[in-house]
Amino acid sequence: MNAPVVIERPGPATPKTAGAPGGAHREVHARPEDFKQRSHESVNDPHLRSSFRGAMDFLIERRAVHFSDLVAFETLRKLGEQVRQHALSKLPELLDQLEAKLTELGVHVHWAETPEDANRIFLDIAQRHEAKLMVKGKSMVSEEIELNHVMADHGIECLETDMGEYILQLDGDRPSHIIMPAIHKTKQDVAEIFHEHIAGAPLTDDVNELIGIGRKALREKFGAAKIGVSGVNFMVAETGSIVLVENEGNGRLCTSVPDVHIAITGLEKVIDKLEHVVPLYALLPKSATGQAVTTYLNVITGPRREGERDGPREMHLVLLDNGRTQAYREERFRATLQCIRCGACMNHCPVYTRVGGLSYGTTYPGPIGSIISPHLVGLKSTRDLPTASSLCGACGEVCPVKIPIPEMLMKLREAGRHSITQSMTPPTQALVGQGEVRAISEAMAWRGWRVLYSHAFLYRLFAWFAPRLRWLTPAWQGGWTKSRTPLKPAPKSLRDMMADRDKRRR
Amino acid sequence: MGVTVHFPRNQTCCGQPAYTTGFPEEARKVAAAQLDLFPEDWPIIVPSGSCGGMLKHHWPKLFKDDAVLQAKADSLAERTVEFTDYVVNVLGLQLPAGGKPTKVALHTSCSARREMGTLDIGRAALGRLPGVELVIHDHESECCGFGGTFSVKHPDISSAMASDKLESIRKTGCDALVSADCGCLLNLNGSLAKRRDTLRGEHIATFIRSRMDASTEGTA
Ligand code: SF4
Repeated sequence: MNAPVVIERPGPATPKTAGAPGGAHREVHARPEDFKQRSHESVNDPHLRSSFRGAMDFLIERRAVHFSDLVAFETLRKLGEQVRQHALSKLPELLDQLEAKLTELGVHVHWAETPEDANRIFLDIAQRHEAKLMVKGKSMVSEEIELNHVMADHGIECLETDMGEYILQLDGDRPSHIIMPAIHKTKQDVAEIFHEHIAGAPLTDDVNELIGIGRKALREKFGAAKIGVSGVNFMVAETGSIVLVENEGNGRLCTSVPDVHIAITGLEKVIDKLEHVVPLYALLPKSATGQAVTTYLNVITGPRREGERDGPREMHLVLLDNGRTQAYREERFRATLQCIRCGACMNHCPVYTRVGGLSYGTTYPGPIGSIISPHLVGLKSTRDLPTASSLCGACGEVCPVKIPIPEMLMKLREAGRHSITQSMTPPTQALVGQGEVRAISEAMAWRGWRVLYSHAFLYRLFAWFAPRLRWLTPAWQGGWTKSRTPLKPAPKSLRDMMADRDKRRR
Repeated sequence: MGVTVHFPRNQTCCGQPAYTTGFPEEARKVAAAQLDLFPEDWPIIVPSGSCGGMLKHHWPKLFKDDAVLQAKADSLAERTVEFTDYVVNVLGLQLPAGGKPTKVALHTSCSARREMGTLDIGRAALGRLPGVELVIHDHESECCGFGGTFSVKHPDISSAMASDKLESIRKTGCDALVSADCGCLLNLNGSLAKRRDTLRGEHIATFIRSRMDASTEGTA
């Protein structure tokens, strides 16, 4: 779903500083391998730190208003969880049912295993219609396949019509949040981007005026595009309906004005019955933007019918796998697919809040990104994401479909470690990169730890020596001493104190 | 308070560091070596909330494949009580009026708050100490950035979290900082020392003890 882009944040707008994120056009490459480097830069960027903190606090507060009754929230999200778990428990069946229903309605269903497959499908359709322009509503899956870039390579313009995405597209930047893609931009940034890229746009930092400028520039394109592209929030197997949740109305335009509508989504988004939309919709906008309802809730069931006066004449649905069936096959990771992409886990994450979305170098940042990306692009490049969490549990606490995110992170850590030791839960289907991304020395160290801590005699010997040799503790202890004094054993261990006490008593 | 404390000397670690880093079977072996150390039907008091959570919620999961060990782990889990919880709700801590007025900030470990309810309990404990005023810091429930191996693997992010936490604690103008979790204290105190700040976090047990000593001196 999309949301009002430029949120007027409380307090004065942050002035743009040199080297600040956003603003100037930058070529941003997505590389999760660079997470450590980029997060280092981000935490040392006071502008980004304060703007993300402010924005996330704002979203946290807006959400909290709706869920002040924790018991009611728990009941509702339990229902949300059940709807999603139920759907996943019969995923193959529901997908069959969905395909049959859609076909009956006259919708063309396409299955894409990889991003390349998906792009080829788009290209085929575009070429068949000799389309040079597509207008697109907000869709994270289209980001996943880099649709805009691939289409551009083939001379087709794929224009973002969600205001946030449009700003980023003009600036050559990437989304840093799944709901508020341009949250890292200030209104001054937006003003400059519009002024530079939209002919005749005055330099103004009045938010309403800016939105007006953007809207006007976009309106002109809807009529000219042969193809409209959209994402999907839920697909209903029972009715073959595609449900689209949005605020700006651009989604509705993309799916009804052009002659051809192509919807793209991940194959896990299917649900069983139309009534199952109710609890999920009750959870989604509140969790995402702190809205009770969104401005639009589109339920699209097939293309234009005989006698109807609007709607596309041709409709396609592209179902992308891209690693999802792998996550599905492995029981311990399946819950990852329950996600309804509300973004609440990011808003509440102390790590995301500090490093910002771009540091992750993945389509989906934050906690959900850290648990889904290893399935989409493999554990090798994303190996630093599951460890980038203090496991504080804030994400799991707010997730509207109760995904145990911290537990998923721990399981990915387990999958990523070096496989000198047998895993306790041997995988039925190995994750790409499983068992090879972390150092053997780490696995050896934990093995040593285990030997010491599971043999009382050794441990007691160690505990006796530690306080007595505390002068030997090194002053440099890796990452720990970066901002902390070195760890030293206590001058007297609890064990020694208890022994003294026993002696005194005797 | 009429309680005899037994300290089985063969105990080591609850295994949480290995468990959360993705080495559950190493944690399991360490836990298994300690299953027989608490045979009597006595409560097991854990002075660090997140270790308590490990015993109470995760040890039983480690032995899913072995009914005998699981039964032992279940028995331990049932008897596991977080220190403050025991002092407040079992011993009924109550001190006579008259302690020196002190402003205290409370930091709760994230896992202990969720798994052992230490926020309410910690506040209740401080409420039983006359003269102690709890001051709430900004983003009180946010993580201090410790997270075990996270603090070493991602030191930049961890440090940023710790410094934000300390700044908001400092803003309260508190005289003391208490926590019932040793991991958080290690992180906060190490960071305070590095910043050359004179404040140090105290374990809530130490804090309660000093208030008790002060109040007995006062009445003597
Ligand atoms: S994991 Fe949960 S909280 Fe995060 S985006 Fe998905 S549904 Fe929302």
